[in-house]
Amino acid sequence: MNHFLVHEASDNVGVAVVDIAAGTNINGRDLHNNAPLTSRAEEAIPLGHKFALKDFAVGDDVIKYGNVIGKIVQPVKAGHWVHVHNLKTKRWA
Amino acid sequence: MEKRKIFGYRRENGTVGVRNHVLILPVDDISNAACEAVANNIKGTLAIPHSYGRLQFGEDLDLFFRTMIGTGSNPNVAAVVVIGIEEGWTKKIVDGIAKTGKPVKGFSIERKGDIKTIAEASWAAKEFVQWATELQRTECDLSELYISVKCGESDTTSGLSACPTVGNVVDKHCALGGTASFGETTEMTGAEHVVAAKAANEEVRKQFMAAFDDYANLVFTQKKDDLSESQPTKGNIAGGLSTIEEKAFGNVEKLGKKTQFVGCLQPAEAPSGPGFWYMDTSSAAAEAVTLWAASGAVIHLFPTGQGNVIGNPIEPVIKLSGNPRTVVEMAEHIDVDVSKILQGEMTLDEAGDLLIDCIVHTANGRVTAAEALGHREFVMTKLYRSA
Repeated sequence: MNHFLVHEASDNVGVAVVDIAAGTNINGRDLHNNAPLTSRAEEAIPLGHKFALKDFAVGDDVIKYGNVIGKIVQPVKAGHWVHVHNLKTKRWA
Repeated sequence: MEKRKIFGYRRENGTVGVRNHVLILPVDDISNAACEAVANNIKGTLAIPHSYGRLQFGEDLDLFFRTMIGTGSNPNVAAVVVIGIEEGWTKKIVDGIAKTGKPVKGFSIERKGDIKTIAEASWAAKEFVQWATELQRTECDLSELYISVKCGESDTTSGLSACPTVGNVVDKHCALGGTASFGETTEMTGAEHVVAAKAANEEVRKQFMAAFDDYANLVFTQKKDDLSESQPTKGNIAGGLSTIEEKAFGNVEKLGKKTQFVGCLQPAEAPSGPGFWYMDTSSAAAEAVTLWAASGAVIHLFPTGQGNVIGNPIEPVIKLSGNPRTVVEMAEHIDVDVSKILQGEMTLDEAGDLLIDCIVHTANGRVTAAEALGHREFVMTKLYRSA
């Protein structure tokens, strides 16, 4: 079963495609090359929500679809939930 | 992809429709009551009340007439009764629709009153509906259909499944000589360079960027915050989308992998030939689909993540979702379930073919979920206040 998907190899967040409980070792897939991936969710990640594939510092770009989708405004550790509480638009700010 | 056939209505001007509506079209807000009375008198007709048509001016008035005339001219419409408060603008809309060759008659209320107008218009509506119900569907090519695409209440599953499924259909439809259109200008924000790179030539690219920059400027001059209360919507955020850029990259998955767009359309402007067309629309679902219906689109493809329930009075809206929760909880709204994509149990190509099957069934007359549920959202785009 896929717990998560990644659009492009350069993405630094994954997308949960099932509800994931905190502290779960998870399996995923890179949609670009179909390669299997593994990671670990340190927090609960609801279906459709993103988690960090690396540690982020304030000001870091978040990459999804191989492109910048916003900037980090609170530090995020790998495996933690990435959403509107720690990720903001770079366009309409 | 093989060429598919559908059974549609070949109109007087050669275009192909998939529905056979007799419309009772108000010119203005104060003629809604008469139109609704006529539609109540004569079964099988459809009134589409709206909020505008008085004291508009300039570009906003041009868009109003384009929307009204375009709605009546849509190939899904067999005949039209137009009712307005006065005869000048009523005649302008009647004359515009008459260019298609379809039956259309206009009635105005001043110097006559509602009751006499309703009686006269009801006679015309009865004649039209009896004529229209005798028209037969004939075999046409699927590629003759003009299809519009726009998503709503998107979430991250939209960009993973339902939107690229539509992209797959856009590639297949346009490769066979079909016509299609996309828009949602503000929802390109962050991914506008990806869209611009799909322009067929430099002139089209420049036109797209000019429309994009113009809309972006509107947002910047009117906004009071970072739009985090509106764009992404609360539904988008509940579904995991965090920023407009993330939403935009999911959105542009609908544009396909191979297809270039051949031109840029004003809101409600009809494409002048086959191929994929950008239209400058709002990202609000009912406003945008109303503009495409007015440009002549006969079927709309609508990917949804969290479950937008929109429909349109004249253009059937086909909904697809890849969110495994939405396809269960909102099942009555979803025409095509592509949620197997997330587990790798369905390819995008297979999902695209499943969606094409649904387009064929819908074109042949099967009602969509939104039609069955009575969704007839008709919302005109207003550019600024009336005079």
